[in-house]
Amino acid sequence: MSGHLLRRVRVAEVEPVANRIKRFRLVDSGNAPLPAFSGGSHISVVMRSGDRLMRNPYSLMGSPSDTSSYEISVLNADDSRGGSRFMHGHVSVGSELEIGQPLNLFPVRKAARKHVFVAGGIGITPFMSMMDDLDALGSDFEMHYGVRSLDDGAYCNHLLSRYGSRVSIYRQDKGQLIPLAEVLSAQRLGSHMYVCGPKPMIDWALQTAKLSGWPDENVHFEQFSTPPAGKPFVVKLARSGRDILVRGHQSILEALEEHGIDAPFLCRGGACGQCETKVLACDDFIAHNDHYLTEAEKVSGRKIMICMSRIQTGSITLDL
Amino acid sequence: MGLTFRDETFRDDFTFTNSPAGIRRFPFPFAEDHYRYSVNIEPHKPGPKGSVVEFPFDIDEHYVSEMRERAMVLEADPLRCQALPHMMTAQWEMLDLLMTSLARDYPDLFTLHRDGAQWHWINRPLGIDQTFTFGDASTLPFGPMEYIGRQVQGDFTIQDQRDNQLWLDAGILTSPSDWSLDFNLGMNFTEWHAPVPLAHEAGVFERALKFLLNLQTGNPVRRLNWGLTINPRLDTSPETYHKWGHDRATVTAENVGKKVHLRVELQALFRLPKSNAILFSIRTYLISLEQLVTVPNWGRRLPRVLGSLPPEVVEYKSLSRYRDTVLAYLANYDDGVPTSPGRDPD
Repeated sequence: MSGHLLRRVRVAEVEPVANRIKRFRLVDSGNAPLPAFSGGSHISVVMRSGDRLMRNPYSLMGSPSDTSSYEISVLNADDSRGGSRFMHGHVSVGSELEIGQPLNLFPVRKAARKHVFVAGGIGITPFMSMMDDLDALGSDFEMHYGVRSLDDGAYCNHLLSRYGSRVSIYRQDKGQLIPLAEVLSAQRLGSHMYVCGPKPMIDWALQTAKLSGWPDENVHFEQFSTPPAGKPFVVKLARSGRDILVRGHQSILEALEEHGIDAPFLCRGGACGQCETKVLACDDFIAHNDHYLTEAEKVSGRKIMICMSRIQTGSITLDL
Repeated sequence: MGLTFRDETFRDDFTFTNSPAGIRRFPFPFAEDHYRYSVNIEPHKPGPKGSVVEFPFDIDEHYVSEMRERAMVLEADPLRCQALPHMMTAQWEMLDLLMTSLARDYPDLFTLHRDGAQWHWINRPLGIDQTFTFGDASTLPFGPMEYIGRQVQGDFTIQDQRDNQLWLDAGILTSPSDWSLDFNLGMNFTEWHAPVPLAHEAGVFERALKFLLNLQTGNPVRRLNWGLTINPRLDTSPETYHKWGHDRATVTAENVGKKVHLRVELQALFRLPKSNAILFSIRTYLISLEQLVTVPNWGRRLPRVLGSLPPEVVEYKSLSRYRDTVLAYLANYDDGVPTSPGRDPD
């Protein structure tokens, strides 16, 4: 699958932009132009630490029309499984990394009359390129950005100086909350809302939109979830007859890759559907952690998204 | 390059024909003797030199005459080219991709000079020399999609991607196989494929849509589609059905070899990176049965495939009225010898 096509890049710049958040600027190793991309796209970054292989998705934040470099922002998360900690601790100017092709699972609706963005913390990143795109097109948008404090929120000053009154910042340390119900009730028909941030915030925003009478088609979210940890279990591969142990802090996909098995993937966040795999037998109920399968498919237990989902005990046999 | 452009017509006196080299490079679509519906999507990678897939966009001996035919169709019916307002970024990306590809792949025919947003485009076969500002549609005589679409063989549509669907929101379509841009504009992938029989039940479109939603920049894909058509007519649109629908009743044992043509569409899909839209090119090739059977392997295989079609497919491809006449004619060229594998002539 094309998700495996990788490009070598070099880190040209690293800048701390807030507490625990660094911005990395990446250029092609051979200084070739990088592919153009659309607002809301992300890339997966491959990190090699000893014999460990990690791949994390990060939103592209620079201007989509600038193909000389890509910019990503990385939060050194408390619950980091290693990827963002590696980026913070071991990647500096001159480091080489590999990245995949840009992929957009969070596109703006070009025909929308107005775009209402709701961001929490590091969830600001996909909106950076979207706003750049929309600003160039002269499209109508507003941004509501919730941060813990000004020291914790990346790009607050940049956003205010570039977009002025189109950006509202809400500081948790001052007790400020995004007045989302009011924001949504003030929008014209044909407006679209987009939310990105921690899961509780996304759930709250989706619920608020529903209670405000917004149609589902006008509400969009992106959640970069990492595969939840759990207990170790065994994956049996029906086609090759191999048994692979999935450790507690690994996803099935990561365990397969560690053993040199080529499995399909793209987003690694349970959203794109590329890694959908048939389940032939299973000792346990599957903990489905993806946003892709329908409820009926999840209940059937016949399909699993191997980038995100796992079982608690025993073994699962896959059509791989 | 050595391309000699034929002066020929796709209407009225139908002087279209393939040169001997044109026959050899025809994209014969059947790799085996039995019909099988499949998605058959493969990477749109450069193929053998001289083949129709040597380059992403194929220019051949019919180029100049096909562009003249397209201009006539657009003159009579401007609705063959339409774009919804939110597709402007994608239109410019299409122009960029086509001009860049043609200038790179056919340097003796096309030249592109870029100085920032100031572009200079030279199309020698059509005698065009145009300076314009990229991104400013007022500096071109047509919108960007129509401007470049009038200079590249094949129909084009552009699909917007939203809500996990593809939406047919722009296109230039003057040689359709009986479907209408005006009717389909604004439909989604599931809707515009609704008339296709059998494939829905097999889950073909669900899988194809999922695949295309994840199509990546720089990794285009292609497939072949086929049908039979009467006379080398490119414009078989619903809008002009009154002009060609009755042609099916004119096929006789005497004229079948000259009148009936195998019509193959080389369909390719390209992700447009800035708009996140997908460009769909439908490049049509025509060959009369009389020319097709000059390749023995194809002459043997075509009747075997046509004889194995499910009734629904015969109906959908509108073959019912003349398939028996075609099979009787082709029977003369099927000596029962096993065919060689693959689609190549030899």
